[in-house]
Amino acid sequence: MGRIADRMPKFLRRADPAVAVAFGCIVLLLLLGSLYSRNFLSPEYLLQQLKVASFLGVIATGMMLVILLGQIDLSVPWSVAMGAMMACAAAAYGPVGTALAIPFGILCGVLLGVVNGIGVAYLRIPSMIVTLATNAVAQGLMVVYTGGFSPQDSATAAMRYLATGFAVPGIPNAVILWAVIGAAAVFLLTRTGFGRAVYGIGNRERAAYLSGIDTRRVVMLAFAACGGLSAFGGVLLAGYASKAAQSMGDAYLLPSIAAVVLGGTSILGGRGSYLGTVAGVILITLLQSILSVMQIPEAGRQIIYGVVIVAMLLLYGRAPANR
Amino acid sequence: MKEWRYWLIEQRGTLMALAIFIVMFVIYTANHPAGFTANVVQTAANKGVLLAFVAMAQTLVVITAGIDLSVGMVFLLTNCLASWLVVGTPGETALGVVAVLVAGAVCGALNGAIVIYGRLQPIVATIATGAIFYGIALLLRPFPGGSVNEDLADALTGKLFGFLPLSLVALAAVVLVVWVPFSRSVYGRAAYAAGSSEMAAYMSGVPIRRGKFLAYVLSGVLAAMGGLFLTFFTYTGEAALASGNAYTLFSIAAVVLGGVSLFGGRGSAIGAIFGALAFRTIGDLLFVFDLDPLWQPLFQGVILLVAVSLGAFGLFRVRNRLEWFL
Repeated sequence: MGRIADRMPKFLRRADPAVAVAFGCIVLLLLLGSLYSRNFLSPEYLLQQLKVASFLGVIATGMMLVILLGQIDLSVPWSVAMGAMMACAAAAYGPVGTALAIPFGILCGVLLGVVNGIGVAYLRIPSMIVTLATNAVAQGLMVVYTGGFSPQDSATAAMRYLATGFAVPGIPNAVILWAVIGAAAVFLLTRTGFGRAVYGIGNRERAAYLSGIDTRRVVMLAFAACGGLSAFGGVLLAGYASKAAQSMGDAYLLPSIAAVVLGGTSILGGRGSYLGTVAGVILITLLQSILSVMQIPEAGRQIIYGVVIVAMLLLYGRAPANR
Repeated sequence: MKEWRYWLIEQRGTLMALAIFIVMFVIYTANHPAGFTANVVQTAANKGVLLAFVAMAQTLVVITAGIDLSVGMVFLLTNCLASWLVVGTPGETALGVVAVLVAGAVCGALNGAIVIYGRLQPIVATIATGAIFYGIALLLRPFPGGSVNEDLADALTGKLFGFLPLSLVALAAVVLVVWVPFSRSVYGRAAYAAGSSEMAAYMSGVPIRRGKFLAYVLSGVLAAMGGLFLTFFTYTGEAALASGNAYTLFSIAAVVLGGVSLFGGRGSAIGAIFGALAFRTIGDLLFVFDLDPLWQPLFQGVILLVAVSLGAFGLFRVRNRLEWFL
């Protein structure tokens, strides 16, 4: 085993097997797709997929921070919807509202994340439970606000520009935004004390606390960031569809968790790289795209989707045996 | 300590849930325009029983220190299946009921196999299997429809002797047939032990794998009971994503209200039943006070948030800060 590894180039030796498998699956999916239709390898199609992936990518970045802590954020669906709805709602309040629409949407997400963080870090409630509860509260707030229908306000020009415009010819703005957020996440995780603390807490919070880290503050900040990024994803989605909708975020909970976990980040926390999350996001997006291009009905897509995720996790996401 | 005091401490969560339920139900019936009549009780029971079954299903998994985020989808799937199978002559209907329960057991077994033998985290595994179950439900019923044996449905949602809702009798029967034997069996103790400390249970030679697996299978059966009763109430099958998600969420709320520890190893399905009935009653309080139904989701969410935050009071008893971190 060691012999073969010695002869491989350095970057391959250092690569996480999970990340390598994920990238391998991407190539496999592209090959399968190209057998079905020539268009799968065309630059336009790939760029379009990258654009769709960037919405999931932004949301998965926040989810990854939380999962690295060994926690989970199940409030993503309504953080996304709340970010989108609040940004669109702000746009209805004249020019000032239009200018502040995007920050306001993100701020709402951050607030929800702070509530999650307080619950998890200071009240020590299991994250799964507290985020399910705040998800229900956010849903309740939005139902009261919209009256149970999709809101009539539409996205601002700035939101549409961020989601669908081209600042650099040929590259969609959404992809650039994802790249910027991704670069910031990589810097945060690998070059700052905060990032070290996140990995430390994910491995063993007790040990991190004893080494002098204010673990509760780090956990709260991570949840706030996750809420903000989910809401920003919602803002971008609203810009893409030019309006917000009820339950627009429901389609992002499982994919964001799956993208992070398929990218080799341990669901127990403390282990994982952003490169893996990028691979996971692209993998999930391609899978969804291929299933819809092949015109498989929603029911079949859900089944295939669930089966693929379970199968891939069984391949490399298993916990150590109890021996 | 005397024997009964041990029993009291063990049952504290269940008794607390019972107390919350009684208080809420008294407020509910006192303000209900019709008052405390057999029909009010019947309607409340029929709504509460659905959640009670799903909450019991959730309890079985939570006791093993797991969580089942697919329970609402098993509920939907069995509802859709029942709207195809539970029809026709009494013989066919009986076969259909058995088939639906077996389908629930298969769903539970799949979850159990993936979590126990596949060694995946219950959260991720059950979110993924939930997508599969929902997909199958959608395959069975792309549009709401179907039918059910109405004689059976009317009988099971009606009243016994003119006052006792038969759905409550069925719930009690399921408790006696499923929960009581399980919790007293070796495998039931193993499920509790695995939830309390898997390593210690493993070292003591407790059959934790079989215990946990049985808990997941029975959980699927109980969710299928819920699905059956949903079909009896609505006469149709419908793969409504929002409804499945809501039942998953409410089952967790009911379990928390029912005094079942989310860390596993503590609590009982009977507590979860009272938690479910209490949660339903609290949600319905809005109607008797004549508030806009639009506020109901927010109201339920806030109750859930408050209920889970109450668990934080234990922190005040912590003397050593290191105990914050498990």
